[in-house]
Amino acid sequence: MLEIKNLQARIEEKEILKGINLTVNAGEVHAIMGPNGSGKSTLASVLSGREEYEVTGGEVTFLGKDLLALDPEVRAREGIFMAFQYPVEIPGVNTINFMKTALNQIRVHRGQQPLDAVSFLGLMKEKMKLVEIEQSLLSRSLNEGFSGGEKKRNEIFQMAMLEPKLAILDETDSGLDIDALRIVANGVNKLRSKNNATIVVTHYQRLLDYIVPDFVHVLYKGRIVKSGTKDLALELEAKGYDWIKNEVAVA
Amino acid sequence: MSTVMNKNLTQEIIESFSADTYTEANDLRKQAIGYLETLGLPTNKSEEYRFTPITKHLEKNFKWENKNPQSSINSIDDYLIPELDANILVFINGSFSQKFSKIISPKDQLSIKTLAEAFQSESTTISSYFDKVGRSQNDPFAAMNSAFWQEGVCINIPDKTIVEKPIFLLHINDTTLSQVIAHTRLLLIIGQQSEASIIEKFETTGGEASFHTFIEEILVSESASLNYYKIQNDKGAVCQVTNSAIQQLSGSKVSAFTLTLNGQLIRNNFSITIDGEHCESHFNGLYLLKGKTLVDNHTVVDHKKPNSQSNELYKGIMDGNSKGVFNGKIFVRPHAQKTNAFQSNRNILICDDATINTKPQLEIWADDVKCSHGCTTGQLDEEALFYLQSRGISKQSAQAMLLYAFAADVVATIPHGSIKNYFDLLISERLQKNF
Ligand SMILES: Nc1ncnc2c1ncn2[C@@H]1O[C@H](COP(=O)(O)OP(=O)(O)O)[C@@H](O)[C@H]1O
Ligand SMILES: [Mg+2]
Repeated sequence: MLEIKNLQARIEEKEILKGINLTVNAGEVHAIMGPNGSGKSTLASVLSGREEYEVTGGEVTFLGKDLLALDPEVRAREGIFMAFQYPVEIPGVNTINFMKTALNQIRVHRGQQPLDAVSFLGLMKEKMKLVEIEQSLLSRSLNEGFSGGEKKRNEIFQMAMLEPKLAILDETDSGLDIDALRIVANGVNKLRSKNNATIVVTHYQRLLDYIVPDFVHVLYKGRIVKSGTKDLALELEAKGYDWIKNEVAVA
Repeated sequence: MSTVMNKNLTQEIIESFSADTYTEANDLRKQAIGYLETLGLPTNKSEEYRFTPITKHLEKNFKWENKNPQSSINSIDDYLIPELDANILVFINGSFSQKFSKIISPKDQLSIKTLAEAFQSESTTISSYFDKVGRSQNDPFAAMNSAFWQEGVCINIPDKTIVEKPIFLLHINDTTLSQVIAHTRLLLIIGQQSEASIIEKFETTGGEASFHTFIEEILVSESASLNYYKIQNDKGAVCQVTNSAIQQLSGSKVSAFTLTLNGQLIRNNFSITIDGEHCESHFNGLYLLKGKTLVDNHTVVDHKKPNSQSNELYKGIMDGNSKGVFNGKIFVRPHAQKTNAFQSNRNILICDDATINTKPQLEIWADDVKCSHGCTTGQLDEEALFYLQSRGISKQSAQAMLLYAFAADVVATIPHGSIKNYFDLLISERLQKNF
């Protein structure tokens, strides 16, 4: 589904991604872990099309298409969804209207009829249950004045609405208490299928108790320096990142 | 532009109009001509018109000896506000149109007369209020209007009267045949504890130049309330100067909204004098500009008495080569203790070629007051734009959403459904929010 080859990117003259290789197939869950500042969010942003990051080398294919050549909205319509580490507050943009516009533009792109108000509200009700989000929250301006947990839940709600093929969750667990974490993880699990894939970015093992990954990768200084199964996450939890840093230093 | 040329143009204008014979207000007109001669038309050195080259525009585009053409408009339907049930007063090329005007409020709620009629039959009202709060002595275009006004309306609302139907003042300049120069006026007196709403709309059709000055003098008596809306959406190349002078007496309340979308050169002098205690004034402005439109809003709120509050919010979105000018003066006189006065001017420039000049001017002589002002000018928030796009929304729609969010919050406060909807429609259209 997604194939990243030797991807390099920088921001303001600073090299951040220094040759990432990663293959994600339909049905898989990949976890990307790594210390702060190693480039995890940068990778997520580059995949979703943030222009601030300049791709200086490598290529990314998504469902056979050159992903890097697509505008951010086209990537989303083709099936990429990123849950932001820090969702933006957008005063004056009503969450429900925003979601309806997004969903319908995606549907048109996919050759489907836009949903009318009634069907949209029906779908919304269904997805709201999945992530246990209140309608009162969605009637407000997008993320404005939302608590950290509410913002994260709103991200997963949007994901549920848009039904992406590849979801990239950037530190969706940070700032969540254990109940919220369970709700969010539950939402993600219910949306998993053999046709879609998930990349979970986190630096705690905690989330991976709930969203069990098929593969775990460690990103460090802009490179994937180690890959393994979910046992790698447990090892990192027990030993911290220093042994990985040492391994890299030795190599 | 040389001072000599301005003098010449001022004289040329005065002479061309002096040939007309007026039946009313001849003394006031003479006096106003005197003011106009003294003030002269503004140059680019004139502090108040530094950014707004009206004189140059007049010099280039108008022949002063020409008379206004007859209009052949046979319907005003295109200019009406959908589903608005209102008293309609129509001016075409500066003349009052009996044919298109329509008064639906009962006679005991309000009296509406042309100024010509009012000068005949309401001499007390006229002598007490006409040309009293206007600014003929200070502004050359107000002086020009006071000297040469062609027609106007005088609206009198008695005490303790709620005028349910809004008053809709529609100005149409039809330049299909030739240029139009129009000078019109409004005198509106709202009695004690009375309530009224007024909507003013300005339109130009045809391809020739039009120049319009408008003076309105509005008295909001004790405990009275006024909702005021101005819509400037001229499709033609209009040059317009409006002078609005609203005077508030104790316990009165004013909510004003000026929406400017089109036109070539627009100058609004909007002033509120708070001449009583416990008054409330909310005045909002929204200018959404494109092309070569220049819109200059000069506002004044003058707190003369204690314990009142004013709240001013002007917002602009400038696209293309458009220019915005905002100047907001707040005066708080020595006696006006416990005044709350807030002012904010926020702008978004969409295009590198668009500009805004903004200047707050606070003069506060009282010591126990709360005043604040702020102005911001920026671009669209890139992070917000990306967030919306990352959900599949096109860049164009995402932009429209953000601009609409910026512009439309003040619309939510409009109490009349049909007016609110109309504002919303105009704003959505301009910002291409078509979803
Ligand atoms: N907008 C930016 N401007 C400059 N440096 C940035 C910017 N965004 C990220 N960086 C830098 O890039 C590196 C990687 O950041 P990030 O991808 O956020 O790491 P992670 O998500 O793994 O914590 C960090 O050193 C960070 O300071
Ligand atoms: Mg990060």
